[in-house]
Amino acid sequence: MPNVGVLVPLVAIFGGLIWLLVRAIRGREVERRVIFMFIFVAVATPILFPITFQEHATPVVKNLFDRIENLPSGSTILMSFDFDPAMAPEVQPMANALSRHCLAREHKIVFMCLWATGQSLLNTTLEYVIRPDFPHLVDGVDFVNVGYKAGNEGVLNVIVSDFKKMFPTDVNGVPLDGVEIFDKVGSCKDFDLILTVGGGRPGPKEWVLFVGDPADVPIGAGVAAVVAPQLYPYYPRQVIGILGGIKGAAEYESELVKTHPRFENMEKPGLRMMGPQTLAHVVILAFIVIGNIAFFRGRRGKKTE
Amino acid sequence: MRQLVPLTITFCVGTLLIVSVFIPPLGDLERTFTLWFDIIAVFAFFLGGGNLLRVHINKLRRRKTDWGFSIVTLAGFSTMLAAGLFKIGNPGDIATAVDAPGSMFYTIFDSVVVPLGSTMYSLLAFFVASASYRAFRAKNREATLLLVAAFIILLGRTPFGLMLTEWVPDSFSLLQIPNLAIWIMNSPNLAGQRAIMIGIGLGVISMSLRLILGIERSYLGGDNA
Repeated sequence: MPNVGVLVPLVAIFGGLIWLLVRAIRGREVERRVIFMFIFVAVATPILFPITFQEHATPVVKNLFDRIENLPSGSTILMSFDFDPAMAPEVQPMANALSRHCLAREHKIVFMCLWATGQSLLNTTLEYVIRPDFPHLVDGVDFVNVGYKAGNEGVLNVIVSDFKKMFPTDVNGVPLDGVEIFDKVGSCKDFDLILTVGGGRPGPKEWVLFVGDPADVPIGAGVAAVVAPQLYPYYPRQVIGILGGIKGAAEYESELVKTHPRFENMEKPGLRMMGPQTLAHVVILAFIVIGNIAFFRGRRGKKTE
Repeated sequence: MRQLVPLTITFCVGTLLIVSVFIPPLGDLERTFTLWFDIIAVFAFFLGGGNLLRVHINKLRRRKTDWGFSIVTLAGFSTMLAAGLFKIGNPGDIATAVDAPGSMFYTIFDSVVVPLGSTMYSLLAFFVASASYRAFRAKNREATLLLVAAFIILLGRTPFGLMLTEWVPDSFSLLQIPNLAIWIMNSPNLAGQRAIMIGIGLGVISMSLRLILGIERSYLGGDNA
């Protein structure tokens, strides 16, 4: 039996849109508060009564997934959390899915941040994703968190040739000289892959300019949807894959579950949030159509006068 | 003298950093300068904090418009500063990370800063919807192009895009909306972005040269701007 909680708001939304369409045909514009109300219902309904859709990884996402999947176990990956709480709902699901994937493939991860706010968000991933999902993994052996350093591009400019010069210890003050992962890592050149999750500045673009190109290390990026178009000039040679917005996260999660069924029951915020995003997009598209109808009707009315 | 010293420093550092890219033995010098820059960047935090205090205390003293918000700002600033500096509630010893899970800093960040930040960002959905309604109108040829591209990209970012055009035969798969959205991103968008990036690159080079040669002096402030 269809979920009444979903059906009623959906009927209200589409009924309301048809009513607005009829008004638009008569040349009437829509008030801003009406648009806000429609968006509120469109976003709230799938949050309260989850609607999920099937996602298929597009080549730009699949490339990154395949690179991580095909790296030999034990490869060393650097992952940078370069975002703030505002961006977190969009990009943290990517960071979580990427971390899960890397650790499931038994790669070693070095976590760091170029944004001060990234460090606490990185702790959230460590606390709520990595430790519960991989309780057997040891901090310092399978992954290490070196935390945040101020200096933006300056940090990258140093770690590209000497990682420990900028990060002599991990986030808890343990010297990196004693950390097993760093036995074979001296600089960014020694990483098999660099993953940057963020979207602002410094972000993926700076990683490409200051580390990816000079050190010839492949870079994978997870970014907010508004930033993704700016990264396409670097794809696929300098940035091997881009996860753009919540759709990118959802595609990655679906690919992860398909390849690693053990994650079937994991929290999938990307896929979960595709419901609100899809419905909101449909409502926005409907308003674009309604707006144009109202515009042309209004123009015809003026010409007739 | 007030002009000569900063101009000379800018010229020397700028020239050295450019030359160090082409002469490998000077690479170490470049990294040293970068470390100096990072140390200076840390002082910017003190400067930023001091400035924030000055502005908001002034606002409070003079009872300027919305001075109530300054109380919230100052209270938030001091609470986070105290929680971080004194590592209140930190589970480990003084050496553990300032924001270790369980600490007061992490708890406030996770339960106040994160939801507030997300709320602010999510408000965008309302404004994007309202702006799309008003801005995406086929007023002329360029606006129509923008409208069509936006329509395809928006639809391509939803599962409905594929559902609507799944019937299109494989030989014409480019006409499926998700593929069309990818094409827009990969071709027209890519061309535009590259052109912008090359333009910005050339602009940065010319501005850097102007700074190094002392032609551009607005960074000195005062009457030199």
